[in-house]
Order: sequence, then structure tokens, then C-alpha cells
Amino acid sequence: MSTANTLRDYLKPGYYDEFDYHWAMTIDLDRCTGCSACVVACQAENNLPIVGEKRFSERREIKWLRIERYWQGEYPDIKLRFLPMLCQHCDQAPCETPCPVAATYHNQDGLNTQIYNRCIGTRTCAVYCPYEVRSFNWFTYTWDEPLEQQLNPDVTVREKGVMEKCTFCIQRIRIAKDKAKDDDRRRVRDGEVTPACVQSCPTEAMVFGDSKDPDSKVSQMLNNPRGFKVLEDLNTLPSVVYLQKVEEQGHGHG
Amino acid sequence: MAEYQEPTYAEVNRDVLRTMLVTGPKYWTALGISMTVAVVCFFGPWFYQIHVGVGAAGMNRSAFWGTYLSNFIFWIGLSHSGTLLSAVLHITQSSWRKAIYRSAEAMTLFSLVTAAFFVMVHVGRVWFVHWNFPVPNQMGLWPNFRSPLMFDVMAVTTYLTASSIFIYMGSVPDFAAVRDASTGMRRRLYTIFSFGWRGTQKEWHTLGWAYTFFAVFVIPLAVSVHSIVSWDFAMSIVPSLHQTIFAPYFVCGAIYSGTAGIVSVMFLLRKFLGLERYIREIHLDNLGKLLITLSLIWTYINIMEVFTGWFSGSSFEYEAMKFRMFGFYGPLYWEMLLFCALVPLLMLFGKIRKNWRYMFIISILINIGMLTERFLIVATSQPRKFLPDAFGFYFPSPVEISITVGSFAIFTTLFLVFVKWVPCVSIYEVKETLQPLRKRAT
Repeated sequence: MSTANTLRDYLKPGYYDEFDYHWAMTIDLDRCTGCSACVVACQAENNLPIVGEKRFSERREIKWLRIERYWQGEYPDIKLRFLPMLCQHCDQAPCETPCPVAATYHNQDGLNTQIYNRCIGTRTCAVYCPYEVRSFNWFTYTWDEPLEQQLNPDVTVREKGVMEKCTFCIQRIRIAKDKAKDDDRRRVRDGEVTPACVQSCPTEAMVFGDSKDPDSKVSQMLNNPRGFKVLEDLNTLPSVVYLQKVEEQGHGHG
Repeated sequence: MAEYQEPTYAEVNRDVLRTMLVTGPKYWTALGISMTVAVVCFFGPWFYQIHVGVGAAGMNRSAFWGTYLSNFIFWIGLSHSGTLLSAVLHITQSSWRKAIYRSAEAMTLFSLVTAAFFVMVHVGRVWFVHWNFPVPNQMGLWPNFRSPLMFDVMAVTTYLTASSIFIYMGSVPDFAAVRDASTGMRRRLYTIFSFGWRGTQKEWHTLGWAYTFFAVFVIPLAVSVHSIVSWDFAMSIVPSLHQTIFAPYFVCGAIYSGTAGIVSVMFLLRKFLGLERYIREIHLDNLGKLLITLSLIWTYINIMEVFTGWFSGSSFEYEAMKFRMFGFYGPLYWEMLLFCALVPLLMLFGKIRKNWRYMFIISILINIGMLTERFLIVATSQPRKFLPDAFGFYFPSPVEISITVGSFAIFTTLFLVFVKWVPCVSIYEVKETLQPLRKRAT
């Protein structure tokens, strides 16, 4: 390769002008019951370690998805509000710039990805993340017999000193893309990829899909006037859009 | 103020070289203690931490950075005065620098080494820490040049290299003096160290030119290093860290704690190496004036930091500010202000400024305050970020406290080794300040 070509490549290191896909999610807070099925599904799908009670109380749990719980109002007129919080896959992610070894980056699917092999554990990404969705492997965790039998073979098990976070179940996206390629299709069809949390939601509060496809279910949900993004002021351009809870006017029994 | 008789040229050589050539039991005891503490308190817990994972430290979700990083800033800060001060004073031709600059520069070097240790203690997988450098690899991977941490690696390594060369270059004539005064193995060693220095006119000219060149080169470098360290924080969007004032704040704080560090080290060197005739009240007086200036700038920046936080009108900023000033670590915040803003004002009195013991105590207090400041920056910002659900708390674990204590032992060990290898007072430059014999006779 000529020097000119090499230099040209450096101008666009692995990026093109546009993403191939732009995976996005909507979470309808009006449907969310806070049942935590998504949390459990995520744990099972992505080989999240069980850290135990002690580590949990030290706030060192490894969770890619958590249900944030907020109380609104004062007793007796008090309401419980749930906010499922997972990696927002920000298009302008604050976590991507500071990694000295570029272990976290934006891939062609519009996903914010974490490369475990490259991570050296400076934990800068987690400090910079305003959503606190990154989990660090403070220790090497093991699975007691027979729990290691249920580990997902499509997902790596992370070692100590590595940062990890929600991938939008990238292994499922990869499988769907492979299948699309085998079937001589250019793109994955809507509904072919379902992350574990979306799949397990009993009230179908979560919708996942490619927002570049205008006909997809998620694209239609994104147009919903109830939509908002968490900490939108920070201009991180999250890929996860929440739909506001429908409130009755005045003192109803919402 | 005691009167000292001005030493003759021969006495300068003898007095300074004596500190290297004559070693008493006190020295061996100090070296033994500091090495033991370094191994027991630093390396032991560190290897334990490498074995089990960074969980051995007290960090958790939302407080992903802890004392390791705050100590890193502290040591980088302490490194700041040495080379920077020496260079600035060289360019401004302040003759009082000549007796103190060698040990000040050594302080720079060893604080940087200690700080580098903290980077390694901090990261989760220290065995891959070399990936921070553009090491050629078959994957064609580069470090991320957008990362402030990457800038940090560049800045600190450049600073370390430049200040090593700076201190070495300034020592070459002194190595020659050691060579001439010693025999046997030491003589052969210092022949190599001194690059065959003979003291010809041309050599002095080249040295003077090169030294000034490096002094000019080092000043912007030193300012950039701590600015970049501050960007590790200021480039995040974390409330109370995301402030443009951080770079000058850190640079000022660094020079402040570094100058205080020089005062402490000078006191100890003078006391234990018997250098009363070379390290004098005038040096202390001048450093005291510098400390007051820096303390006032530091106080101003601290007030501005609170002001900008308040003026932003952001509830996130309020929350972080409230946590810092009145939360669990509130007492530490006020302690910091007491030690770094109020106590130094005592130095406005000339009597205190010229008293070794008072100045030593004040300088130690300033550095305690600065250590606290760095700890507060790290420990009170992350637990109050944005989402209240993720609000946390951070308290250092025994491993972290032990490693912090051990880092002081590492620094002391390195410094103790240094005083036996390099003349800790610049022989040839002290001579420049002495009155020539002919003049003195008249």
C-alpha cells in the first residue's frame, strides 16, 4: 500500500460516513411494572457474575441493567416511579473519548462497545459516564456448581480488572446479521434481534430495533410525543428513549 | 539569625562531599526503616491487590477512582516545584537558588517515580499497563490520542525524561569533583558519570548554554503536565469537576505543595547533613514569600471554584458542592482551607518566615492540606454525579491507606539513596555565590 493510501486511512480510522444500523430502544414507563424480569434475563444471558451479599452491599454488584426506583410526592400522596437504566449507547458517548487504550468505541452498528481484551481497567469510562451503567470486575468471580453449566457460550467470561457494560446483546445481533447474510439479504429484518431484557419483559414495555429503518416498530415508537431522553441536557445523544408515564390530571389514583 | 562564616572553596568541596562519602549509623537506620516500610506497606499490599483484584481497595460503583488517583495527583504536584522553580530561578538569575536546586530537582524526579507507581497501582490490569504506550503490535493498535489520560502519559514521561536530563546535566561538574576526591571503584564510576569533565572554558560554556536551554524548555512542560493532569478530571462532565478553572487550579496547587515540600526537605537536609552554612535563612525567607503568594492565588482559585459552581445554577453542581462542604467529608474541606489558606498567612511575619522550625511545621501542614484537597476532589465528586439512584459513598480501605503510607517510604528511600550518589548541594554553583578570596581579604 502506498503511503498516501495509509495516510488517507488514518483520516477515517475504521469509520465510514454513516452507521450500517442504528440500534435503538424505547422503554415505555407507563407499562413498566418494575418486576425486574429484565434484570434477571440480562444476568443469565450475559454471564454476569453473582457477586454475593457482601459485595452487593459494598456497591460492587455487576449489573448491566438496573431498575432505578424513585419516590414522587409526600406520604400519603406518594407514587413509586421506576426507571430501567441500562447503557444508553450514546452517539456522543462521554465514555469513549477518555479511554487511553481505546477499549471502548462506537462500532458500525451504532453501538457503544467495550473490548474486554483491550481494557486495562483505568475506570475512566465509568467515571465519565453520567448514567452510571458501567460495571467493573473488582475481583475474579467464579460460578458455583452447577451454575457454570448455564453460562452462555456466545458471551465471554470477564476477568478481574476489566470494565463491562450492556452490549444490547451484541451476540444476538451478530447471529442475526450472519443469518441475514446466509439468506442473501442485505439487512436484518425488524424483529429478528431481540435482546434478553426486551424478550423477557412481561408487559412489553421495551421495544428494540433499527432506528435507521423507518418502518421498524422502534422507529414508530421514537415518534411518540411522550418520548424523552434521560439527562438530555448533557447532549450525549442516547439511543434509548423513554416514554413518559401517563399521568392523570390532579389527584387521581394513577 | 545566626551568623555563619563564609566557607572557602575547599571547604565547599569538603563539606558537600562529606555528605556522600561519610555514612553514619543514623543514615543506615533511616534507610533501613524506609525500605522496610516501603516493602511492608506498599509492595506487600500491592501484590495482594494484584492477586485478588482492585476490589482490595475501597472503590465501588460511582466512586471508581479513589486514593490511588488522588495520591497520583499529589505526587505529581509535589514534583512541580523542583524542576520548575529551579528553571524559573535560573532564568531570573536568582542566586539564592544555587544551594537548594539540586535537592529540589531530585524531589521532582522521585515524586514523579512515586506517582508513576500509583498509575500502576490504580489500573485494574497492571500487567497490560504498557498498552498506554504506542507499542508496535500485530493488531496495528494505537493508544487513543483523544484521551486526557493518554495526554497524561505523554506529559508525565516527557517531564520525567526532561527533568532527569536537567538534573544530570547540572550535576556533571559535581560528578567530576566526586571523581577527583575519591579512589578505587567510586573513582571509575564517577569518571563515567562525569563524561570526562575537565573544566575547560569550552565545557563551561557548553554547559551554561545547554542548561539555560533546558531551563526554558522545562518551564512550559511543567505547566503543561499539571494542566493535563487536571484535564483527567475537567474533561469529564462530572459536576464539580467539569470546570475550566481546573488547569490553573492544579498548576497553582502543584507549585504550592511542591514549594512547601522543598522547605520540608531543606529543613531535614540541613539538620541531618550539617549543611547550615549553605542552606541559610535567606533561602527560607525567599521561599516563604513565594509560599504566601502561592497561598493567596490558591485561596482565590478556591473561592472562584465555589463561586462558579454556585453561579452555574445547576442543581447537580449544588448537590456536589453541598456534599463536599457539609457532607461526610465536610470537616476535611474546612481542614484544607485552614491549612492551605489561613495557616500560611502566618508567614506574613518575618520572624516566622526566618524560623526553621515554624516553617517546617507550616510546610508540612500545607502538604497535609494539599493531600486532603486532592482526596476531596476525587472522593466527593463521583458519589454525587447525576442520577440520585447511583449516589454512593467512598471510604479508603486499609490496603489503600497502607499503600499511601508506603508511597512516602518509597520517596524517602529514593531520596536517601540519592544523597549518597549525587552531591545534594551544587558544589560549583555555590562557589559562584562566594566572594572571591582576594576580595574578601580586603
